[in-house]
Amino acid sequence: MKVHEYQAKAILRGYGVATPRGEVADSPAEAREVAQSLGGRCVVKAQIHAGGRGKGGGVKIAKDPDEAFDLARKMLGMTLVTHQTGPEGRTVRRLLIEEALDIASELYIGITLDRALGRPVMMASRSGGMEIEDVAAKNPSAILREPLDPALGMFPFQARKLAFALGLQSDAYRKALKFLPALFRAYVESDASLAEINPFAVTGGGDVLALDAKMNFDDNALFRHPEIKEMRDLNEEDPLEVEASKFGLNYIKLDGNVGCMVNGAGLAMGTMDIIKLYGGEPANFLDVGGGASQEQVQNAFRIILSDKNVRAVLINIFGGIMRCDIIAKGVVAAVQEMGLEIPVVVRLEGTNVDEGKRILRESGLKITPAENLADAAEKVCKAAA
Amino acid sequence: MAIWVGNETRLLVQGLTGREGSFHAQACREYGTNVVAGVTPGKGGTVHESIPVFDTVGEAVEKTGANASMIFVPPPFAADAIAEAAQAGIALIVCITEGIPVNDMIRVRERLAEINCSGEKSVRLIGPNCPGIITPGQCKIGIMPGRIHTPGPVGVISRSGTLTYEAVFQLTRLGVGQSTCIGIGGDPVNGTSFIDCLKAFKDDAGTEAVILIGEIGGMAEEEAACWIAGNLADKPVVAFIAGQTAPPGRRMGHAGAIISGGRGTAADKMKALEAAGITVVKSPAELGKTMKNRLGS
Repeated sequence: MKVHEYQAKAILRGYGVATPRGEVADSPAEAREVAQSLGGRCVVKAQIHAGGRGKGGGVKIAKDPDEAFDLARKMLGMTLVTHQTGPEGRTVRRLLIEEALDIASELYIGITLDRALGRPVMMASRSGGMEIEDVAAKNPSAILREPLDPALGMFPFQARKLAFALGLQSDAYRKALKFLPALFRAYVESDASLAEINPFAVTGGGDVLALDAKMNFDDNALFRHPEIKEMRDLNEEDPLEVEASKFGLNYIKLDGNVGCMVNGAGLAMGTMDIIKLYGGEPANFLDVGGGASQEQVQNAFRIILSDKNVRAVLINIFGGIMRCDIIAKGVVAAVQEMGLEIPVVVRLEGTNVDEGKRILRESGLKITPAENLADAAEKVCKAAA
Repeated sequence: MAIWVGNETRLLVQGLTGREGSFHAQACREYGTNVVAGVTPGKGGTVHESIPVFDTVGEAVEKTGANASMIFVPPPFAADAIAEAAQAGIALIVCITEGIPVNDMIRVRERLAEINCSGEKSVRLIGPNCPGIITPGQCKIGIMPGRIHTPGPVGVISRSGTLTYEAVFQLTRLGVGQSTCIGIGGDPVNGTSFIDCLKAFKDDAGTEAVILIGEIGGMAEEEAACWIAGNLADKPVVAFIAGQTAPPGRRMGHAGAIISGGRGTAADKMKALEAAGITVVKSPAELGKTMKNRLGS
């Protein structure tokens, strides 16, 4: 799960990670008020779940509260397009107004899971403000990677090593020795999957702070963090994906016209791949899971059909735990509820397959059966073309 | 011949009395697996569908000689269940549970490493978030449909469940049997890697060839390719990578299936596997046929 910058900073402050002073604003008047309380000069930052906001015009400096008011009026409601939002961009609904600081240098710190090690790793680089992927591609030796143990925490020597690698000295060095372990503790205790401070700023006065903050969280651990779960912003997600998540379905909207309903994530990806091989374009990824109920299947089918780009649907089920008769009943119920104007190709295999096929056959629906995976892909791509 | 499970396996089920545990314990038994015990804290001393239930894994091992465990414990408690099984001396732990927090897995994996390093016991974890392991005709530990398997010479390893069934079904229909099939799971931190399985298949006289099914995210397929190039010249490998059409930055169902920072793409993985001399198929529908051809040649 992703959160906004202002939310990430609030979580980090709870662990003693230094951030600039600031408040959120939902209106130009609030922006002016916050700017006033910060002493006038401030930074106005659009809050969307995507990086590259500065380049897209979503981060501006205001010299006084009136300019903060004007900038807020322009930014709120605007569609911000960055390299991470896609061409459709995101609507700005909230701003973070922060004190403008005297920045001496901009560095980078990030924590994420190193899958090969099976441990989190803190990455530090002097190239702050740049995408870490670009730094990693062009100059990998410029990034120090320090593996960390969540059970033991960050040792002081590790913090020193990272601070030296960042070239920090005197006050900034001493403050980093508090900042870095605090950041790691925040990452571990909040079950984050990513904590990225870019830029990690050193001020002229020798302070270190998180000028920006990005945090993602392990969805599997949200059950023990209700306060973080509360931070989910549905406006930042695709409406069909939000709808699907209500029914415990794993749905990701894509750009093609062949709707897919599959059980199992791997087979769902494999089905998308084979559709592409036969000249089609998948409209979605959808995993109904291993033990879906008739109701879940019905909702899954309804969500696929509510994507207006979908010209044909492929249902590909290899029932291990999943019973084919439940799939069939769910599909029939969905079609009876909302009608069916496009071709549907069904490939069923596994538990209770004959019963499933019988239900579909006797439903009188226009459904094309397929013999196997390749046959199904060929038929559905032809139907969608 | 096969790896890790067979006629000698004595299975206990953690979470036996739950809906899933109960259903699948029964299915495993029907397949021929020797299910000797169940563990549900608080239900010790009872009998569930003629399987004796114990409060702790330690007690179950002592009384029944169980040497493998299948875990259906819900995600918040599953890592603890793994640790309990390892502590009790279970040599093979198969964790089916999906949705375990990554931090829990990191901690429990450290614990397993400590146990293995101590030299007193050895423990292998398969999964979590996996379909399990099956040696056709002998022993099934997991949720895979037993009937699609048939004994034979092909080892199958995969990060995906249903995609494995697809491959196995194709093989069986073509008359090609399997030695052992292992789902290593779709999570970013798991117990058994592709390379662990490949090493065991290399040493297994009953395995003549291997199907490897990977997916986007991480570097496990690249590492496997590298190992195969140096170590597995005599056994042909056929591979498929799911997620060739997946968009970057989106988690495709499995927690581990995500292209991040431009790494872990299907194209990179396919290239690495091909460079190692592995036959990579673009379509999952080609896995069976291609393997049959490799075996015939």
